[in-house]
Amino acid sequence: MEILVCVKRVPDSAENEISVAADGKDIKRDDLVYSVNEWDNYAVEEAIQIVEREGGNVTVVSIGDSEAEEIVRREMAMGANQGLLLTDSAFEGSDGLGNAKLLTAAASRTKYDLILTGAQADDGAGQVGGMLAALLDWPYASLVNRIERKDDATLRIGREIEGGNQEVSDIDTPCVLSIQTGINEPRYVGIRGIRKVASIEVPVLDGAALAVSDVGAAAAKVRRIDYFVPELGAGAEMLEGSNEELADKVVDLLKAKGAIK
Amino acid sequence: MTQLFFLLILIAGLGTFTWIIAKRVQPLLHAAPDPRFNDVPRRVQLVLKLWLAQWRQPRYLLAGVLHIIVFFGFLALAARSTELVILGILPNFSLHLGHWYEVTKDVAGIAVFAAVVILAIRRAFFRPARYVGHTTEALLVLGMIGTLMVSEFVYSRTNSLIAYTIHDLTFFTFLCFLPMGKHFHVITSLFNVFFMRLHPGNVKPVKYGVTDLDSLPSLGVKKFEDFTWKHILDFYSCADCGRCSDRCPAHRVKRPLSPRDISIKGREYAFAHQSLLPRPAGEKVPKADEGALIGSVFSEAEIWSCTTCGACEEECPIGIEYIDKIVDLRRGMVDDGLVPQSLQKPMSALEKRGNPWGKLEKNRAAWASKMDVKLVEKGETADTLYFVDSMTSYDDRMQKIAQATARVLSKANVDFTVIGKEEKDSGHDVRRFGEEMLFQSLKEQNVESIKASEAKKIVVSDPHALNALRNDYAEMPPVQHISEVIAENVNTLTFKPLDTQKTYTYHDPCYLGRHNDTYDAPRTAIDCIPGMKRVEMQGSCRDRSFCCGGGGLMLFYEPEEEQRMGVVRVQQAAEAGADVIVTACPFCLTNIEDAIKVAGLEGKMEAIDLVELVDAATTDGRQPTAG
Repeated sequence: MEILVCVKRVPDSAENEISVAADGKDIKRDDLVYSVNEWDNYAVEEAIQIVEREGGNVTVVSIGDSEAEEIVRREMAMGANQGLLLTDSAFEGSDGLGNAKLLTAAASRTKYDLILTGAQADDGAGQVGGMLAALLDWPYASLVNRIERKDDATLRIGREIEGGNQEVSDIDTPCVLSIQTGINEPRYVGIRGIRKVASIEVPVLDGAALAVSDVGAAAAKVRRIDYFVPELGAGAEMLEGSNEELADKVVDLLKAKGAIK
Repeated sequence: MTQLFFLLILIAGLGTFTWIIAKRVQPLLHAAPDPRFNDVPRRVQLVLKLWLAQWRQPRYLLAGVLHIIVFFGFLALAARSTELVILGILPNFSLHLGHWYEVTKDVAGIAVFAAVVILAIRRAFFRPARYVGHTTEALLVLGMIGTLMVSEFVYSRTNSLIAYTIHDLTFFTFLCFLPMGKHFHVITSLFNVFFMRLHPGNVKPVKYGVTDLDSLPSLGVKKFEDFTWKHILDFYSCADCGRCSDRCPAHRVKRPLSPRDISIKGREYAFAHQSLLPRPAGEKVPKADEGALIGSVFSEAEIWSCTTCGACEEECPIGIEYIDKIVDLRRGMVDDGLVPQSLQKPMSALEKRGNPWGKLEKNRAAWASKMDVKLVEKGETADTLYFVDSMTSYDDRMQKIAQATARVLSKANVDFTVIGKEEKDSGHDVRRFGEEMLFQSLKEQNVESIKASEAKKIVVSDPHALNALRNDYAEMPPVQHISEVIAENVNTLTFKPLDTQKTYTYHDPCYLGRHNDTYDAPRTAIDCIPGMKRVEMQGSCRDRSFCCGGGGLMLFYEPEEEQRMGVVRVQQAAEAGADVIVTACPFCLTNIEDAIKVAGLEGKMEAIDLVELVDAATTDGRQPTAG
């Protein structure tokens, strides 16, 4: 199975203290550290596991500059067979549709059986996977938390739907799936693993190579105009009583709000 | 005729024994290197103390005393046994051992027989919980020892050929049975003690003699041959006494780890892969490198469960080591990417930000923002460097330890600096969790910052930092824990009574006590406080201290367990009659404070760090004292 996994470099909310910049249009980026988007990491692990079972190849693709190469390498250290970097100053400021167009162009250069994306990104809108599938005219399933082979041309997939319920579907290949966290346990990648793949060349494609021009800030039809931290709401409800009473009240509240059954 | 018969028994017995030993030695020759011939005087000293004087045996009094009787009985009877074996072949042979030896060996024989009877009754009817299985084997061996004693006794008085034959056959059966199970220790313990590890706080390098880790195709122990020869000798030497597991905090709270089982499983694996007899044609020869150890012999959860507290190694009467094996197995898992999700985030944050929470580097010295503390990042220098480490730098509660340490150092007239944003996590537990490459990276950054600080000595308040800087880093200035600084400066500090009637107890942090042998300095510091009422947690203090639950990355690990270690510890303190647990480690403090809540003792029991206690019980030397 030839699998393409789309990954994104994001400021990891667990390793940063995120605050909004003075102009309100972005977050402060001076002190940020970046990593691979967590959902994408699950997608890569899933692709590697599929290839370990069935054979094939995993290619990891990312849009960005040389800094994005760092996360492509991390995923290669995990076990992806090759990387691909889509780099061009003309790509900067693309909206979701622009990114989907770039990925479509990249995906059309090789015959893939399956494309995986993360269900969403730390700093994203959860939109690229669906648009990518539409542009390719492939079937799409989102929030996938289980993938099994049904037959040569079909995958059986599980999807997480609201309330923790599970839905099972069959989907024809080739297809695009967006992957939910928890589908697997991604393997650990340390400094040593990254050093091992440091000398492998990661091919870079620009706008000319991809033959895509209607992307970037000028072509974007969605533009971010503001960023702000919501104001704190009125005081939270404080529960009172003994530990046992508190526990009972919490359980009642969780039941009332539908969090537990 | 009988002489020929006994000669044949001798040849068959010694031949079989030599064959088995040769088979047992083979895996040691193919194992990983482990240089253990350094510091021979210290090693001889350990043999005299632990092996000959059976130093650790009486820690379990009844079993220990009985073992000592059997051990010395064997030593006393060795000459007589040699004499007897040859006597059957050369009828007039004598070692001329003399009258006093005759008396000695008779007393020894009777004593051993009596001990064996008590041991057998105990094994069969009053078995302590730490003995798991192997009862038939134990009783069989006790039976053989008893038979040897009785037959020698009878033969010496009657010259009975039957008694002699029984003694001779039992002797060689016993000899050949030893290397088949837990009684191998009778032969190996001498060597195991001689080669035991000399520096408790240390962790072995990934591979001895290799500094460029990138050149290694694989890191850590993944298959049996990756263990060092000493670690395989450990497996052979385990006497199955269960003292390690009896003291293991992970075992006590029912995590899936029992140090004894690590040894027994290792030995069973080794024996199963050595064929003592030629294999029948067609039978598949199991290769030692078939399959990984993790998932077959050991489980992932088992190996992650260890807090590296060192209680097992402190207890083992014959110097079996566990921490290095656990760390080596973890290195193998890390190399294969087998790291629990709960640990991956903190490891990634350590790599990027130098602390496990991903907090900003520039806030590392934020605890000192309202204090007059010199910072290396501002170009300030001093002879002493206070290395704070991540937990004490960033955790809201533990920052109070940093502030108290700074105040106590000032009161003791110690001029000091703090590194600030360039300080990284010491990497102590990163290393013990098997991420050697990340540890090396953190170490290199810290070594550079420490050198740049121009400090001539280092003070820490976190025993994990103490152990890392003292035992893991090389070429550091001398490192002291704040409790040692306080104990040295009790005359400089002005102590005042605390306004309390509470009873205190001191909890020994593993990396201050067992791993760095600092038991008295913290007690000295506490006892300097006028009116201090301090009790010991008898049976679980000093080198038998019970781990709070572990520090560093262990804070993030989600173990399978029935109870928290900290809860057990808090209950021990309550049983000792204490109202306040004093400790000297930020991880102990956080675990114990949590455990007090879990144990439902909030309001009845409290925890405090030693340096906070001393800070509260000393006056500020720079201000005129009242009255």
